[in-house]
Amino acid sequence: MAPALRQIEIPYLRRRGWLSLLPALTVALFLLPVLAGVIGTLLPALGFLPGLGERTFSLRPLRELLAAPELPGAVIATLVSGLLATLLAFLSAVGLAASLQGTRLFVWLGRLTVPLLAMPHAALALGFAFLIAPSGWLVRLAVALLGGGAPPDLPVPGDRLGLTLAAGLWLKETPFLLLAVFAGMNQLPVARFLDIARSLGYGPATAWLKVILPILYGQLRLPIYAVLAFSLSVVDMALILGPTTPPTLATLLLGWFDDPSLAKLLPAAAGGMLQLFLAVAAILLWRLAELGFARAAGPWLAGGRRGHRGGAGRRWGAAAALLLLFLASASMLALGLWSLARRWPFPAPLPIVWGLGNWQGAGPDLARALTTSLLLASTATAIAVVLSLGCLENERRHGLHPSARALWLIYLPLLIPQISFMFGTTTLLAWLGLEASLPALIWSHLLFVLPYVFLMLADPYRALDERYRRTGLCLGAGESRVFFAVTLPMLLRPILLAAAVGFSVSIALYLPTLFAGAGRYTTLATEAVAANAGADRRLAGVYGFLQAALPLAGFAIALLLPRLVFRHRRGLLMARGRP
Amino acid sequence: MSMPLREGLTLAGVALRLGGRRLLGPLDLQVPPGEVVTLMGASGSGKSSLLAFICGTLDPAFAAEGRVLLDGIDLAPLPPERRRVGILFQDDLLFPHLSVGGNLAFALPPGLERSERRERVAAALAESGLAGLEGRDPATLSGGQRARVALLRMLLSEPRALLLDEPFGGLDEQLRHRFRDLVFRRAAERRLPALLVTHDRADAAAASGKIVTVDEDFSNDHKE
Repeated sequence: MAPALRQIEIPYLRRRGWLSLLPALTVALFLLPVLAGVIGTLLPALGFLPGLGERTFSLRPLRELLAAPELPGAVIATLVSGLLATLLAFLSAVGLAASLQGTRLFVWLGRLTVPLLAMPHAALALGFAFLIAPSGWLVRLAVALLGGGAPPDLPVPGDRLGLTLAAGLWLKETPFLLLAVFAGMNQLPVARFLDIARSLGYGPATAWLKVILPILYGQLRLPIYAVLAFSLSVVDMALILGPTTPPTLATLLLGWFDDPSLAKLLPAAAGGMLQLFLAVAAILLWRLAELGFARAAGPWLAGGRRGHRGGAGRRWGAAAALLLLFLASASMLALGLWSLARRWPFPAPLPIVWGLGNWQGAGPDLARALTTSLLLASTATAIAVVLSLGCLENERRHGLHPSARALWLIYLPLLIPQISFMFGTTTLLAWLGLEASLPALIWSHLLFVLPYVFLMLADPYRALDERYRRTGLCLGAGESRVFFAVTLPMLLRPILLAAAVGFSVSIALYLPTLFAGAGRYTTLATEAVAANAGADRRLAGVYGFLQAALPLAGFAIALLLPRLVFRHRRGLLMARGRP
Repeated sequence: MSMPLREGLTLAGVALRLGGRRLLGPLDLQVPPGEVVTLMGASGSGKSSLLAFICGTLDPAFAAEGRVLLDGIDLAPLPPERRRVGILFQDDLLFPHLSVGGNLAFALPPGLERSERRERVAAALAESGLAGLEGRDPATLSGGQRARVALLRMLLSEPRALLLDEPFGGLDEQLRHRFRDLVFRRAAERRLPALLVTHDRADAAAASGKIVTVDEDFSNDHKE
């Protein structure tokens, strides 16, 4: 063949098929609406809401907001509860890791963080309230043991400063930050670093604080900011544990948004912007504190103080860990007891008449809420898993290495207070003709499920030994066969765990359900809060217990199914390294 | 369809770069059918990346130039799964979620009857002294058995060339000998061109083929 006729060979490149459109679709699906939601709240905050005939920009909504007599108290309660909860959760997570690393309790804590994290906010708050109220379970137990009469007169839950709310948030957010600590530690040769520090004479806790924490902190930053933004704007927990006159800012705003006269709509939107400002200011404040500590830490790190052998720290850490585990499990237990209690007068330590009547009484309402919850959670989770896997597979095939900035994008819906954008998003949905429809609800859940599912999946996906896929390809299997026959089964466990997390996030969502569903759909979360507002402990126990039980069931399936499917595949069961 | 001539594996002016830095090459190399050519070089010299380039699985972060021909066919336009280049790594990389039989069946070409797939798997196992292990979990096999299953799996995919990425490194001395001989024997029987990457001189000597050093400093580094 003459050389001139030789075919020009085009180097092989993976076709950029539909898969490469997925990241863009994913971003469009959840970032654009959030930003549109913020703008859709900002405009009415400035007096522009054509739907109500308001077309002139002014500062009147802001002035009305600032003139509201409840505002100062609401802002104080918001700041106290949110900042205190975040600070305590951060100190607890770091303190527990520093004092307990290397102990068996720490391994247990690692295993229990995920189920702890799965406790929905409303259920946890209800259980916690049942526990610590003046006529709650703890006082009843104390009376049974020590004697005594009338319930103590304490403003708990519902103290003016939001201290009870802070305690509930601490209980909820510590496991989240602990999980971030565990995930970060898995990526470091922690044991070797600590061995070196210990051999240089440093005590265990000091070694952890001086060697591991400075490396780890960068990875904790976004989770901490998310906790901060969330704690400052939580609604369902604040409705159960927070103050009432006045309530926290986000709760106050929800009432205004719901006001049937619509007169409070514009100031509520302005309040949404104030809420966003508080979250951003708190994050900036935290960042400043970080910088200050980093500067002050230099001499401390290099100062050579070795610290103690850590016996006392270890005991304090163990006590804190046990308190956390006790409060969480006792809250769950209290929910279960109240759901089965027909008669439980003060100060009986246990119900005196038991029965299933509460469950039967809830009947069709319970069934409806359960069905909606399950439908929303499973659909949103399935979509989130498919989108996340698609994005990760696309990233792998094209050898993309996402930047740290991409992580900020994923965290964005978790960093912006829900009350600051859900109103605008609802306006957008109404404009699209999707108001109060099931697709709107599913999408609003997807918004919060997707970040968690993606974050849970990304590490294991990227950590899978690339040579397995190469081996598959070189054995003659195409990309999609390798994906379905090698990648998916090998990642079954992390995929199911990510799905369980997504499922639990959806089951817990309160505010997005209210807004996107326009109050026309009830879920376990909305009914649990409503039952609490109706002061019906038994009904609240039923909804709270079921709401808490579903995520636990999800985690049980996620942990047991791979063991069942791969019971004869030791290599796969042992290969999982992460808690 | 005309049968392609058995010309072996040809590398013509292959060079790899990473971030503008030349990693390896340009390399001209001819591996005739049934022979083993050994590439030696220090770790980090880009040997494994060269094998990935031949397979078509090179990370896009690398830039590669030059041509790779297998039996006269340019591999560049082909996706990895159609290149028919088999590769063995230091780890056996048996799929942990599949049984031994499942791993082997994964490699068989599609379109065979179920019974035939089963028979071919059983026959391959029997031929290597592993008869009856189809149902076993790969994790329960000994290191030597796993290495042999990995070799069988690769051979069942009917490759036309063999790439060996230090596949003997993980085995102890005795197993290493036997497995090495088995691999070279199989390659010779099937008249497959084989490219071995190693930093072990005994492996290179056992291959009894041409030895190419890809890193110029290599001989100096290892004089002591």
